Amino acid sequence: MRKLLLALLCLPAAAIAAGGEMRLDHANIDPHDAISIQRGARTFVNYCLNCHSAASMRYNRLMDLGLTENQIKDNLILTGAKVGDTMIASIGRKDAKAFFGVEPPDLSVIARAKGVDYLYTYMRTFYRDEATPTGWNNLAFPNVGMPHALWQLQGTQVLKTEVTEHGGHKQEHRKLELAVPGSLSPMEYDKLTRDLVNYLAFMAEPEATKRTQIGVVVLLFLTLLLALTWALKQAYWKDVH
Amino acid sequence: MGKFTGWLCRTATATVKWIDERFPLTANWKAHMSEYYAPKNFNFWYYFGSLALLILVMQIITGIFLTMHYKPDAAQAFASVEYIMRDVPWGSTIRYMHSTGASLFFVVVYLHMFRGLLYGSYRKPRELLWLVGVVIYLCLMAEAFFGYLLPWGQMSYWGAQVIVNLFAAIPFIGPDLAVWIRGDYVVSDATLNRFFAFHVIAVPLVLLGLVAAHLLALHEVGSNNPDGIEIKKKKDPNTGVPLDGIAFYPYYVVKDLFGVVVFLMVFSAIVFFAPEMGGYFLEHNNFLPADPLKTPPHIAPVWYFTPFYSILRAVPPLFGSQFPGVAAMGLSVMIFFLLPWLDRGTVKSIRYRGGIYKTALALFVVSFLVLGYLGTAPTNVWGQFGAWLGHAERATVVARIFTLIYFGFFILMPWYTRIDKTRPEPERVTS
Repeated sequence: MRKLLLALLCLPAAAIAAGGEMRLDHANIDPHDAISIQRGARTFVNYCLNCHSAASMRYNRLMDLGLTENQIKDNLILTGAKVGDTMIASIGRKDAKAFFGVEPPDLSVIARAKGVDYLYTYMRTFYRDEATPTGWNNLAFPNVGMPHALWQLQGTQVLKTEVTEHGGHKQEHRKLELAVPGSLSPMEYDKLTRDLVNYLAFMAEPEATKRTQIGVVVLLFLTLLLALTWALKQAYWKDVH
Repeated sequence: MGKFTGWLCRTATATVKWIDERFPLTANWKAHMSEYYAPKNFNFWYYFGSLALLILVMQIITGIFLTMHYKPDAAQAFASVEYIMRDVPWGSTIRYMHSTGASLFFVVVYLHMFRGLLYGSYRKPRELLWLVGVVIYLCLMAEAFFGYLLPWGQMSYWGAQVIVNLFAAIPFIGPDLAVWIRGDYVVSDATLNRFFAFHVIAVPLVLLGLVAAHLLALHEVGSNNPDGIEIKKKKDPNTGVPLDGIAFYPYYVVKDLFGVVVFLMVFSAIVFFAPEMGGYFLEHNNFLPADPLKTPPHIAPVWYFTPFYSILRAVPPLFGSQFPGVAAMGLSVMIFFLLPWLDRGTVKSIRYRGGIYKTALALFVVSFLVLGYLGTAPTNVWGQFGAWLGHAERATVVARIFTLIYFGFFILMPWYTRIDKTRPEPERVTS
């Protein structure tokens, strides 16, 4: 018990080490861009869904993006699942744990937990590191258990550390450099990850767009009701002095 | 009058008469609505009582619908909440209404309690009304705490772990008590199941009973008002109706209705446009499923508990025991019970109090807000002082100062309210 409380008091220091020092890049996604989300879904089912499940996400939810059931069946279901099924990874849970040391987390609501900027930064800051079991490391998530699943697209980055001196103050700059180019140009890769993050955000709350639409109607209705109740109050209170 | 409406009126009158002979319907309607006289000078601060009642009803109704799909099972709870969010028609709206309602319940109750502090609503003859209110507040805290475990996210889990462990800091019986509360050595499926039972039936039952008692006590003594004077002292000699009183129905019913719509606009704006409220109403980490093996780097309770959490962290341990902090946190809530007997001012309302009480109340509000903010942040949020203060964390030092102010507001009250220079109260209410 005491340990736990003490741990609690010491924790903030760990928080910074765990990711606070990293400045995140701005994902700048457009949740109304259905085409971008569709492209992200394609990347997701091709690259992520092999190891990561999205067990709360049904394939036919993608119809919200303007896809038909047949388009989903033909292009986006690669596992033999039915169109009403949820997205379950093809890898077995025990195998995954054996391969990576940890079970790859479910990604259904990952965008709400981590934020889109984090995910965008994370997928662009993998670099080669021979010291890790997978040979990959990540700036946003140091010593991550996941290898760089998109390396063929992005290519291989390496970490360069520069030390500069400003009036006696030593400053360390960490920079990633593309050592081996991938099949996509850096700009194309940025676009791909942005689409993927857009999809992850959509998947985390598919009804978000509908929610705000309903909200506008509700608030309009309440505005009318506000005028009505105000008039009612004024009418009744006329004789109160 | 048409034939049909005439028939309708006669039938309605006959029905009410039939009921009145068997149940005091009209008598109660009169006693609590149409002939319950409330002061006519209620201001902004008097909306929050009826709003609290509205939220209670809303929480119960949305809660009932949530239980229809929620699974109180450690293996299924997290996914069942996401099921509600996606596959249950209107499920996400109902869930957001419930989560937003929880936070706004505390907003409204804090404003309602602050009204009491402003106008001395806890003073004689309303001590019991205040005491029942504080018990309601305690129940509300329990209700919120039990409910927060149910989504079974990381913050649910570790928040519950930390709070239950607070009980373990009580000397001698603590560790056994904590096991008894959890039903296990750690927060587990057993804990989830019993917290579900407490959240959906045990505490709500008590809350409803207490709210009824709160209203009965209010209607017995009558409402206070921004002038803090008793309207029952000046009655119409013929009718016996207080001269400054107006019937709750229809006057305050229509006024509160307006307040309800304003509230619903704020409520809907949050539900539909910002249900997470930047991580304050729904914490980001709670979208990660509970993992007993992975302690999150920063555990913070939801915002409505953070002033007390700050007090817990501010009090230094004694002989290696965290009990002083736990005791201070308990006391910081319980001390509200003593308020009616700590205040020795000659007037009730802040309108006629002197500068000392006004300053004390302002300091109290500031300390509550600062402690509340600090409770959401890690203790190193403002960095450290220099060597002259032993590199102490700035936020911790500030939290300690405001903890002293918080308690000072109550403990010094018998003295400062007595020497405070008050102005004479008016005979009749002012508008």
